Amino acid sequence: MARPAWPRHGLPHRMSAPSPEPEPNAAAPPFLRLSGVRKVYPGVVALAGFDLEVRPGEVIGIVGENGAGKSTLMKILGGVVAPDGGTIDIDGVTSQSFTVSESIRAGIAFVHQELNLFDNLDVAANVFIGREPCSYGLFKIVDTERQSAAVAPLLRRLGANFSPQAPVRKLSLAQRQIVEIAKALSYDARLIILDEPTSSLPLHETEKLLEVIRALKTEGIAVIFISHRLHEIESACDRVIVLRDGQFVGNLDRAEINYQKLVRMMIGRELKVVYTPPSAPRGQVALSARDIRTAAYPRQPVSLDLNRGEILGLAGLVGSGRSELARVIFGIDPSYGGTILFEGKPLALGTAGDTATRGIFLVPEDRKSAGILLDLSIAQNITLPNLPAYSRGGIVSPKAENARGERSKVELDIRAPNVKTRAGALSGGNQQKVALAKWLAMNPQVIILDEPTRGIDVGAKFEIYRLMRGLADAGVAVLMISSDMEEVIGVSDRIAVMHEGRISGSLTRDRFSEENVLTLAVGGNVDETGAST
Amino acid sequence: MNKKDLGLLVLILVVGLVVYLRNPLFLSPNNLANTANLIGLFGLFAIGQGFVIITGGIELSVGSMIALLGVLFVDMVGRMGIPWPVAAAIVMALGLALGLAHGLLITKLRMQPFVVTLCGLLIYRGVARGYTADATAGFPFGSTYPGLDFFVARPFGIPTSVYVLVVVAIIAWIVLHRSVFGRYLYAVGKNEEAARFSGIRTDLVVIAAYVICAALTALAAIFFAMYTRSVQPSGHANFYELYAIAAAVLGGFSLRGGEGSIIGVILGTILLQILQNLVNLLGIPSSLNFAVMGTVILVGVLVDQQWGRFRERRRIREAARVAQN
Repeated sequence: MARPAWPRHGLPHRMSAPSPEPEPNAAAPPFLRLSGVRKVYPGVVALAGFDLEVRPGEVIGIVGENGAGKSTLMKILGGVVAPDGGTIDIDGVTSQSFTVSESIRAGIAFVHQELNLFDNLDVAANVFIGREPCSYGLFKIVDTERQSAAVAPLLRRLGANFSPQAPVRKLSLAQRQIVEIAKALSYDARLIILDEPTSSLPLHETEKLLEVIRALKTEGIAVIFISHRLHEIESACDRVIVLRDGQFVGNLDRAEINYQKLVRMMIGRELKVVYTPPSAPRGQVALSARDIRTAAYPRQPVSLDLNRGEILGLAGLVGSGRSELARVIFGIDPSYGGTILFEGKPLALGTAGDTATRGIFLVPEDRKSAGILLDLSIAQNITLPNLPAYSRGGIVSPKAENARGERSKVELDIRAPNVKTRAGALSGGNQQKVALAKWLAMNPQVIILDEPTRGIDVGAKFEIYRLMRGLADAGVAVLMISSDMEEVIGVSDRIAVMHEGRISGSLTRDRFSEENVLTLAVGGNVDETGAST
Repeated sequence: MNKKDLGLLVLILVVGLVVYLRNPLFLSPNNLANTANLIGLFGLFAIGQGFVIITGGIELSVGSMIALLGVLFVDMVGRMGIPWPVAAAIVMALGLALGLAHGLLITKLRMQPFVVTLCGLLIYRGVARGYTADATAGFPFGSTYPGLDFFVARPFGIPTSVYVLVVVAIIAWIVLHRSVFGRYLYAVGKNEEAARFSGIRTDLVVIAAYVICAALTALAAIFFAMYTRSVQPSGHANFYELYAIAAAVLGGFSLRGGEGSIIGVILGTILLQILQNLVNLLGIPSSLNFAVMGTVILVGVLVDQQWGRFRERRRIREAARVAQN
């Protein structure tokens, strides 16, 4: 249900003059007010009675963990999701629902993390996509000169260092974000919502973007800035709103914003996952990654040891380089440096087939597109990585294959009519069990699970936890990548945290706390006693 | 045999019956043997094409490859006097090498199959024409090659090519539908990423598909050379890649990969050859040949897909009804 980025109608009527809006001050009345906005999804309260006021020229930071309710809030502001309760008040007009076109008319614009730009077109064409100024009547020839002339002042206002005719594919990520912001301005936006705009920007580009935000502010345009990078929030925002479990937890004004306060407010969720300790002390190092460099962060060498009998939780924010590391270890992606030792001997890097024959397996993040083949049956999926074992003379034995499927179906309690059922017809939890069963059937030594319980129901979640513990107790080294704090703390025996491509710290169980994990995830330090600084 | 294949078989029988009623010569032994021979020849490289299409690729150089390899074969045997088994072995080896080259360019250098094989189409045709300076390669007048008669013989009234096709089809059926490699082919065609995550060396699977295709094409090239007795490099086997692709598409292959069966591609080949035959027998101007073929393929695929959509909608309605009660 993605909101179309922009409408296909309505030429902007104010293109060049800077906004006449007054200088921002606390006395300016808010033009947008949410009161008591609620949204409930089956089984989860996504947003519980949320209040928000936005004044012209205000920069508001919104922080919260994964699942705190930020995206629901954004969807409501965009008119994509209708709230179940509460009111939305725009310029004094109160209503209970809010459509996409009303949101656009109210001047609310989004700059999404995944930019919606056409990189085969130039900047001006992107700004005017779908409403190109035309000449020659019937023939609708795009008047590129008029188009560029209209975009140039927008770029000037944003202090852009590129021209309207610049091809978008040659622009850096920050420059592309400026194009999106220019597009928002061309629609007379009064509120621009930036969703994690800096998460993939290098430092100097981030600075540039923060400058643009300041420029918007002086024009009286309000900005909502969603970010995990607390120091950027500190430097850019007038105030910060903290969300947790769909609840408003607090509002900090500029002077009050500091790291520790924010982290403390973000955490404190009720933890329902009860830790099951391993039945035996942890074993030897099975796999050791030494100074691995990934394509995402070629300048950050990462080292990591996986012990037998242990579940190592790999925490961190989305985009911190965890999946990339896992893919390099498994050999799906090439490595840009470093070595991986398995049982003390170096592994050939870059061939998934080689790691799989040694019992090093990865259950990938994206179940439907990489974890399993939706068109194959349950049994065919499970035997695929080790098919020669179920065949004679190169011919697959359906009997052996189905027998294997049956065994896995019982062992993992895969719920399906039979093992010939298409994997695509299963529920998310059962699909994940199939993805796991593939490797369990092959005598695993090291198993990496990337977000193993994302999008699956609670019952299946606990079964996956139980399976992971069972594997660890059988002497397997388990690495669990997870963005779910409850899961990381409730399941892991040890936690390593990644931040921007490096391991920012590692915690033993006595130092497990949401505060410590989050502090490391946003790039802070945790000292020996476990206190975050 | 699945429902799709069954539908195609029914279509073939109906078309055959109509042609027979209009012109009983359709079922004369001579016409049947001629048509069967063509089915045998076209079936060989259509199966090869099927292997490539299963992986989500395409092989456009089939016709040119048949021309080039045919020219070389006739020239080696007829002009150079190389014993035919040696010449056949060289032609086969050359075919394998071309397939390997295509596979390597596509997997290791990440080129698009369409581009690689389109260039092959141009290059091989050009080389074939250049090799003979556009002259026709033929056997010297009056010369006989008793060993080669095998290729055009008709033991028990059935052309050799049909026997060969049956053997190749059985092997291909086992490989595609029963073997480990066949499973890998489907897995790679359906979802290469997921196949890679299962530890399958997807590059090798794709390369093998192009090698198999080229090998079967080379085999067909020898048969075609013997069938026509002389190879005129600018026209020989023109557009044959399209016959192969059409046969596969008619037979239920998806150009996106991961779907298709050997029975399907053979039935597709049979239907195409009957259509060609129909044009002759019913006195339709042969210049309309391609138009007839194109129309039948279009309608066939259209009906098949609409039928599929209809069944899918019916299934969903059914499920919705069950859920409501």
